[in-house]
Amino acid sequence: MVYLTRKAEFSASHYYHNPEFSPEENRRIFGKCNNPHGHGHNYTLEVTVKGEVDPKSGFVVDLKQLKEVMHREVLDAMDHRFLNKEVPEFFQRIPTTENLAITIWQRLAPKLNAAQLHRVRVYETPDLFADFYGEA
Amino acid sequence: MKAHLTRRYRFAASHRLHSDAMTDAENVATYGKCNNPHGHGHNYTLEVTVSGPVAENTGMVCNLTDLDGFVQQEILGRFDLQNLNRLGEFAQAVPTTENLCTTIYEILQRGFRHAHLEKVRLEETMMNSFEYAGESGVLRD
Repeated sequence: MVYLTRKAEFSASHYYHNPEFSPEENRRIFGKCNNPHGHGHNYTLEVTVKGEVDPKSGFVVDLKQLKEVMHREVLDAMDHRFLNKEVPEFFQRIPTTENLAITIWQRLAPKLNAAQLHRVRVYETPDLFADFYGEA
Repeated sequence: MKAHLTRRYRFAASHRLHSDAMTDAENVATYGKCNNPHGHGHNYTLEVTVSGPVAENTGMVCNLTDLDGFVQQEILGRFDLQNLNRLGEFAQAVPTTENLCTTIYEILQRGFRHAHLEKVRLEETMMNSFEYAGESGVLRD
């Protein structure tokens, strides 16, 4: 089994807010991230797939296909967007780093042909990242 | 759904690697430059990984304010800008980065209640790092 990781970068804005919380609770729990006008990050995405090396091609996965799927499902949808307002998953779900990793996994998993998704890692900053392994 | 969250922190500290169980010559042979009696220092980078279900109402594994607050108070507040050899934790143990890594893991394991501790990774320099996930822990990457 060989693991292959492809990186990509995107920039987006977001804010954290749960309409079921009172304004005070939202401010207490989410702090500065509750500012309704949003704020932004340069995200780094790492997608790791795994598989056996194909003896004919020497590849675990066709990197071109992985790159295309990442572009279509993630970068086209999220780069230079306001996540809460422009990405349907985040109309309800709070766009935390954890939920970004889960959402990106859910977008990629059904679209990858040969490769088996192992991990989605999203860096919000160089000092904070979330990993999702597809666990329930 | 279960996710992992990792946060990086920085602190600086000095230490000297010297074991009373060895002769002076053995200490020099074992620790080399790190046995310099006056000590030396590093800028450490600490990575703390926690895991748990992502709460639906917050979207979080744990609130970063809680993790940052705990690490600041119990770890950075204790080790930053200190001489590790003078601290109680290292009265008996040599303050290698292995021992510092497991010490930090134990502090988090004992006191941090907001999420499950997965592992601690400690970089002594950009060239070397140590990871600990508890005695029965399995490192996953």
